[in-house]
Amino acid sequence: MWGPPLTYHMFFRAAWSLALRKGGPGIREMHNPGSAAHSKEKMPPYTNYHAQRSYPMPDEPFCTELNAEQRALKEKEKGSWTQLSHDEKVALYRLQFHETFAEMNRRSNEWKTVMGCVFFFFGFTALMIWWQRIYVFPQKPITLTDEWKAQQLQRILDMKGNPVQGLASRWDYEKKEWKK
Amino acid sequence: MSERAIDLMKPQMQGLLAKHLRFHIVGAFPASLGVAAFCKFAVAKPRKKAYVDFYRNYDSMGDFEEMKKAGIFQNAK
Repeated sequence: MWGPPLTYHMFFRAAWSLALRKGGPGIREMHNPGSAAHSKEKMPPYTNYHAQRSYPMPDEPFCTELNAEQRALKEKEKGSWTQLSHDEKVALYRLQFHETFAEMNRRSNEWKTVMGCVFFFFGFTALMIWWQRIYVFPQKPITLTDEWKAQQLQRILDMKGNPVQGLASRWDYEKKEWKK
Repeated sequence: MSERAIDLMKPQMQGLLAKHLRFHIVGAFPASLGVAAFCKFAVAKPRKKAYVDFYRNYDSMGDFEEMKKAGIFQNAK
């Protein structure tokens, strides 16, 4: 069930990180100022480890190459867990997972970049449409010219269209102007 | 950021759907009644009053004469 979406997700993550690699740690620093996780773990796309809120239990542990001390700890884990000290439990957690839930779910400043790009493209589109209106659009049909629209409005007022709450109710028929 | 197990509250483990359903089903009644009451008093009542006021002293023949003078009819000039 998770197969195809996760591989697409992983592909885009890999492509994106590769693209980011050119820009260095710049954008990542901007989005997550002061985050702690800059140690020398394996970074994507060189691992198969991907954890997210909707997929919290990845297939592989985070650290697969263990030094002697870590291997000894893994052996100790096979025994009774009450023998493990708090720090050993934390170390085992860090071997298994890259980040805690709190770290994984931390907020970021990405939304500012997103909104900035959205507004930028709004503006760009507005400029394009403006240019098109001047150089591309044909002449208005006769029914959209101002004279025709004025005559149309006068006819609707003569017919007293929507006289109770609508258009004709806003027109003052004695003074021949819109009601204040 | 080292939270020991003793300091964290245990989250609710069971009955999540039941809790969600109860909250929303029980809340749906006052919410919909409130919206209906608002629509009745903010929209329906004023509209009915506007129509009553408009037609209380409505001179339909005079209106017809005005429209005829404005020239919108084909068969009554």
